[in-house]
Amino acid sequence: MLTVLLILIPFIAGLIAFGLKGSGPKVLGMIASLASVATAIGTVCTLHADPKKLSFVTDWIPQLGSQFRVGLDGMGTMLCLLTAIAFLLVFITIYNRDIERPNSFYGLMLLSQAGLVGVFTAFDALQFYVFWELALIPVYFLCSMWGGEKRIPVTFKFFVYTFLGSLLMLVGIIYLYFQTPDHSFSWTSFTSLQLSMGDQKWLFWLFFVAFAIKMPVFPFHTWQPDTYEQSPTPVTMILSGVMVKMGLFGVLRWLVPVLPEGAAMWADVAIVLSIIGIIYASCIAMVQSDLKRLIAYSSIAHIGLMSAAIFAHNEQGTQGVLLQMFNHGINIIGLWIIVEVIQNRLGVKNMDQMGGMARKAPRMAIFLVIISLANIGLPLTNGFIGEFLMFSGLFQYNHWFMAFAGLGIILAAVYTLNMIQKVIFGEGNTLTDTTTDLQPGETVALSLVVIMIFVLGVYPQPMLDLVSKAF
Amino acid sequence: MNALISTALSGVVLMFVGLFVRNKQHIKFFAIAAIILSFIANLTLYPTVQLGSYIQYGMIEVSKFSVLFNAVALGATLIYFLLSGKEFEKVGEHVGDYFALIFFILAGITLASSFSNLLMLFLAIEIMSIPQYVLAGADRKSLKSNEASLKYFLMGSFSTGILLMGIALIYGAAGTFNITELGLGADPVHPLALCGIILMAFALAFKVSAVPFHFWTPDVYDGSPTVFTSFMATVVKAGGFVAFLRMFHVSFSGGAISQHWTLILSIITAATLILGNFSAVFQQSVKRMLAYSSIAQAGFMLFAVIAINQFAAQGIVLYAAAYSLATIGVFAVLMKLKDYTFEGFNGLARKQPLLALATTIFLFSLAGIPVTAGFFAKYFVLSAAIQHGHLLWLVIVGVLCAAISVYYYFRVIMAMYFKQGDPEVEPISGGFRAALVLTIVLVLVLGLFPGLLIGWL
Repeated sequence: MLTVLLILIPFIAGLIAFGLKGSGPKVLGMIASLASVATAIGTVCTLHADPKKLSFVTDWIPQLGSQFRVGLDGMGTMLCLLTAIAFLLVFITIYNRDIERPNSFYGLMLLSQAGLVGVFTAFDALQFYVFWELALIPVYFLCSMWGGEKRIPVTFKFFVYTFLGSLLMLVGIIYLYFQTPDHSFSWTSFTSLQLSMGDQKWLFWLFFVAFAIKMPVFPFHTWQPDTYEQSPTPVTMILSGVMVKMGLFGVLRWLVPVLPEGAAMWADVAIVLSIIGIIYASCIAMVQSDLKRLIAYSSIAHIGLMSAAIFAHNEQGTQGVLLQMFNHGINIIGLWIIVEVIQNRLGVKNMDQMGGMARKAPRMAIFLVIISLANIGLPLTNGFIGEFLMFSGLFQYNHWFMAFAGLGIILAAVYTLNMIQKVIFGEGNTLTDTTTDLQPGETVALSLVVIMIFVLGVYPQPMLDLVSKAF
Repeated sequence: MNALISTALSGVVLMFVGLFVRNKQHIKFFAIAAIILSFIANLTLYPTVQLGSYIQYGMIEVSKFSVLFNAVALGATLIYFLLSGKEFEKVGEHVGDYFALIFFILAGITLASSFSNLLMLFLAIEIMSIPQYVLAGADRKSLKSNEASLKYFLMGSFSTGILLMGIALIYGAAGTFNITELGLGADPVHPLALCGIILMAFALAFKVSAVPFHFWTPDVYDGSPTVFTSFMATVVKAGGFVAFLRMFHVSFSGGAISQHWTLILSIITAATLILGNFSAVFQQSVKRMLAYSSIAQAGFMLFAVIAINQFAAQGIVLYAAAYSLATIGVFAVLMKLKDYTFEGFNGLARKQPLLALATTIFLFSLAGIPVTAGFFAKYFVLSAAIQHGHLLWLVIVGVLCAAISVYYYFRVIMAMYFKQGDPEVEPISGGFRAALVLTIVLVLVLGLFPGLLIGWL
């Protein structure tokens, strides 16, 4: 029942939020996200004690053999925890901000949280598809209503891309449904299918394109930098921290277990695409002067590494990915919080107009340095262990792939350090001289991020134990 | 049978009501009462078909499918009356006649869902078509309306002639009008039968506005009074499809003959999807966009005709319901606006949040986004085509076109929510709001639990 509660809390709170006025929505958002974090921690404990309690099945459309079937394994629990924490961090950061029409904003945010948790807990393919779409729609409205100047065409492109991908996936799901002997959508029926090589060969692409668009993997990534740039930063945090994980999750939960031979057959292609993405995105990130676009491209590079490690398909690589999904989520949200703060203070995103912020905002500068270094995977931070495992997984699969993917680390160090230097060091200017340091809410959010960075960096064992619990 | 009698009688009664009752509001209430009675009369047949279908007088087959489809058609018409009944008064003086004509069309539709004889098919198509020619020209002072009526009449009569020719050829090949006894499946296929089938397919494709027989659609839908376009594009089109589906599934599905027409219809379907969607993208008026969207949606419904299986029957019922509800809803909102272009919707969300929300949900349904009825409608027709086995290319075409359709449906949503403007909106009555909420609830409930509808099948 806890699992259902994880979906219901944000869903109901979201619906209520639409009807509230004044500071009601943000208080409700805070309460709901705290309750979600508590419930998510509850599921972690339950998973260790009695995993069966986390499953819940009831009839949905008996004519089709589709059921409302939720459950959690290690990966699902980790992602639900990440979702809950991400929304809490976002709500803490923006607590003191003035947002236009707060009731719609918080309502849509909470609904998208419900959709995301639904995706991570679904064990019925049709239900998975429905939640997959539902998570997208509130985000579409959030980006289009509160985003930057070019928000309407940009978010529309994003929507059409992902919608097309998911329709292809729907075709794949229906096809697989007809192959199951008992005509069921459940995950167990899908994974126990013995599909011929010929089928797996093309079915792979129906699913892969849907997930690759979401991650995004080169060459399906073109929506992403624009969308990240134009979205309001709180939404970008959710997009890059949690929503991109939907794609990785989809590969790990549905693609690889259901079509193992297809995944093995196309693994080289998928890894090459991912590695092209890593290098290409890193190179673009090096020459970006727009802070938001820089982080967007760095995110493509990181996701590329994760997707390559998934298709290497060995124990270490997969564990690294699972670990990194959580850590990348935390780190990138931390970075976005700082971007949000800078934007709030200076009103610009261009790094050439920044500089010397360390003197005026020393606390922010420290947080930025720590989080950036964690993002490039420095030892003793949370990013290190995941990247290490992923690289060793990739190394076992093919030395050359690892070597090229490894270039990404070097390039990441280049653009990250460059970014730090441009933003907080150097000469100040009239714009940055007036800046102020972090407010209490922002400090709390960033402190939470940094605590998680160090705890998981020094002692990742609990997280490794959690994610390795299979369903 | 009950529905046929009750709708035909209601039509006659309403003509007299129109003569004797002066108050137009009262005529509308009469019409709503009549449609509810017909709905109930139709449902009373359901217990009798529990054990199986039966044929009456050798002409009409009463089956679960026909009862359910009639219920959907009558229910959608009820929603249509509730939402747009008031608009009838704006078209002209003879409100009673308009309602009567709608009931005659319904009589044709109930026949289309249950005919078991080719003569009845012909009658059904004619009964559905002739009142439409009148309705299209109901706005006598408008030149566009007159043009629509004449165009529709000429093209429609022509296609009816082709249908009759097809029926005659099939009679020549089979020697009977009874659709279950045609027995055309034998190999080698009788050339007369093949010609007949192709002629019938073309005529019916005309009635459901499939490409390349669609040229009348945009002009007729655009020229007719909007309130009648709303009905013609939804319930009547669904009626055409049910005749199409019944004819081809019952008579032409067995043996070697189905391979001959499957290919032709597949090409027609692909053309309908591609042309309908691409043309809709370029429209500037929402009304015309909806006309092309109805062509595009017809492409999806054709999936059900081609794929002969259980999913197809369920799919056509669900599609008829989902598509009719959503399109009737969008038209109802459209009629409240002064400006029918996309810009006319700018800023509607600020001014009339309920109208904007309703339109959004209806457009989601048309685009096939989950938790709306349209998603499962698309789901079922796609399932039908995938289960068929040899239509995967068509499914992929359909999916790509569905993604294109998002473009023009979302243009309306973008205008309403993300653009500034001050649209002129007619005053909204409480009854209209209630009907709109009812429609939203129906769309969402069918989107969450499609079993509530197809469970009856």
